[in-house]
Parts: sequence; C-alpha cells; structure tokens
Amino acid sequence: MMAQVKSNKDIILDGLWRDNPIFRQVLGICSTLAVTNAVLNTTVMCVSLTMVTALSCLTVSLLRHWTPANIRMMVQTLIIAFYVIVVDLILKAYWPEMSSNLGPFVGLIITNCIIMGRCEAFAGSNRPVSSFWDGFFNGLGYSLILLAISVVRELLGMGTILGFAMPYFSTPYWDKWIIMVMPPGAFFALASIIWLCRSIKSKEAKS
Amino acid sequence: MNGLGSEVWLAMVTCFAAIFTQNILLTTFLGMCPFTSVSREVKTAAGLGAAVVFVLTFTTTLNWLAYKYVLIPLELEFFRFILFIIIIAAFVQFVEMVIDRYSPKLYQNLGIFLPLITVNCAILGASLFMVIREYSFIQTIGYGFGAGLGWMLAILAMAGIRTRLNESRVPEGLRGPGITLIIAGLMALAFIGFTGVLG
Repeated sequence: MMAQVKSNKDIILDGLWRDNPIFRQVLGICSTLAVTNAVLNTTVMCVSLTMVTALSCLTVSLLRHWTPANIRMMVQTLIIAFYVIVVDLILKAYWPEMSSNLGPFVGLIITNCIIMGRCEAFAGSNRPVSSFWDGFFNGLGYSLILLAISVVRELLGMGTILGFAMPYFSTPYWDKWIIMVMPPGAFFALASIIWLCRSIKSKEAKS
Repeated sequence: MNGLGSEVWLAMVTCFAAIFTQNILLTTFLGMCPFTSVSREVKTAAGLGAAVVFVLTFTTTLNWLAYKYVLIPLELEFFRFILFIIIIAAFVQFVEMVIDRYSPKLYQNLGIFLPLITVNCAILGASLFMVIREYSFIQTIGYGFGAGLGWMLAILAMAGIRTRLNESRVPEGLRGPGITLIIAGLMALAFIGFTGVLG
C-alpha cells in the first residue's frame, strides 16, 4: 500500500507552499475565516487546528490497516471529533473567555475539509510519522495565511496587533478601515492574498 | 395563546435575521467550500440551495430535540459535536433513500447534492449556533429555515453574477476562487445594509 514515499523536505514544502491548502486547494476556510478579525483569536484557532490535523492524521495512519474501507469516512470523522472535543474542553477549562470568543468555531474544526482531505489523501496510505508531519505542515501552511489575513485586518481595522497599539496606525493620521474588521473585510483580504500568492506562483512556474 | 403568538413572532424575527442580517454565509463564512465550487451555474446552485434549506430546517430541529432531551438530562453536552454529526449524516442518508424510492425525478435533480451536504459546515454550524444562542423550539425551526434560505439566496445571486463573469476579463491570478471571494465581499457589504432593519 505504499504509494510513494515522500521525503521530509517534500512534505514540508508541499504543505507550506506548493500545495498550500488555502491558495492552491481553497479548502477549509469556513471554520476559521470568521475569527480572523483579531490576531489573538486566530492564533488560538490555528494552533488548535494544526494540532487536531496532525494528531488526527497520526491516528488515522496508525489505524489504517484495521479500518474497513467502506466505513473509513465515519471512522475519520469520529477520530477528528474526538480531538476537537479534547481541544474544546481544554479551552473551556483553562481559557473560558477565549472559548466564548471563538463560539461555535472550535466545533466547526470537525467539518474543516483540510483535515479530512489530508487523512484521505495522505494518512490513509502512509506511515504514522510522516502522516503526522504532513498534517502538521498542512496545518501550518493554512495557519500562516490566516495569520497574515488577521494581521492585515486588525492593523487596518483597529490600528492594533494582538491588542497593542501600533505606531502610525493607531494615531489620528490613520483613518481606521472599520470595514476590515467586519465580515466583508475577510473576503477582500483573503481574495487579495490568494491573488498575490497565485501571481507569485505562476511567475515561478514560468521561469 | 398570547405566549404562543409572541413565540411565533420571535421565530419570524429570528428567521428574517438569519436570512439577511446574520446571513450564515456572508457573515460567518460557513458553507464556503460548496459556495465557491458549485456556483458556476444557476440551475445547479438552485438544486443545492433547495437541498440545503430542506436539510438545515430538519437537522437543526432534530438536533434541538436531541440536545434538550438526551444530552442535557445525561449531562453529556460536550458530546454534541459527535451526536450532531451522526444525526446529520443519518438524516441525509435517510432522505436520500426515501427520495430515491418514491421520486426518481426529484432524486435526479436533488439527489446528487445530498452527499455533499453532510460535509457542509453551514449545517453543523447552524446547530452549534442554535445551542449557543439558546433558541426555543419554535425559534429553532425559524432559524434553521432562515439560515438555509439565506444560504440559498447567496449562492443563487453568486451563480447569477458568475455566469455574467464568463465574458469579462479577470486578471489571471484572480480567476476562479479569487474573484468569487471579491464578489462575495461586495455582496456581504450589501447585506450589511440590512443591519438595523429590525432594530
């Protein structure tokens, strides 16, 4: 069942750039985009998502020889749901404020297409350790883009980053773009980032 | 009677809010994956939209019952993620079988979209919102229906705009998902205009 063995370097590069979940595959933006109006919320969400992806991939890979093919989707969903519940309970217990900030979006990690996609495309037919790293770096590639979006949104919209006032942007010289912290801002920011990354990539491909 | 009347009124307000001011797609970004991939044609968008309205209305209602009468008495609230997903998947499977058996024509139009719906974040998202916002039973029905209708409205509008877009020259890197997101942003801007209508 070893389709092809990917080197560690390939796993890292594919996850972070070449097959980046967001601008290459445009997957899984649903559960996280809504919390990108503040950098702190996004960071917590991205850490949770990366951990859930990596651990789910590891578990799916460990169980791959014992999972019947026709119910594997259900098994994968349950594995993912298990880790999400763990994250949810940890947040509720130790950081209730953040837990209520994120609202339903922690639970929605379950339906994030990236996790299922990685479990299905990679972890189901590869060794546990490389599956773990594949999940981890895909999660990281996803997180980097979302963090970039949240930095842009919070800076332009509120003049702060992580709640700290930034020079120039928090002074009266900067007219705050309130729209950036409202839902439409997320669409514009994500579209611009996809545009930028795809343009760089197509230049890369030509040269 | 008066109590029931105000309940129904509240449900209608919730429904209206779910369609316009708190549109599940344009304000919370749920259901983005099918929104960007299945919005090329108006006809398919309408089929998927109708299926979402139907499934959302029933699954939020079922999940409300399950949460209230199973999970709360057993103090297993944290288990809701798994239970909701199982209920959604089972319901979709059930509907698929019923439609297939009794209405092959409807199955051809709607059936292909049903499996897609299980992984639509909007369905699970609506159920989770319903728990967090502590809706009553009638309100939940209104909310589920409104959220579905709002999603359908958004994807229909998007499909309509995208068919026009075929003839316009979009920069290379922006083609496909990029331009879809920008249009969605403009639509979200327009929907913000509804804020305060009910205030």
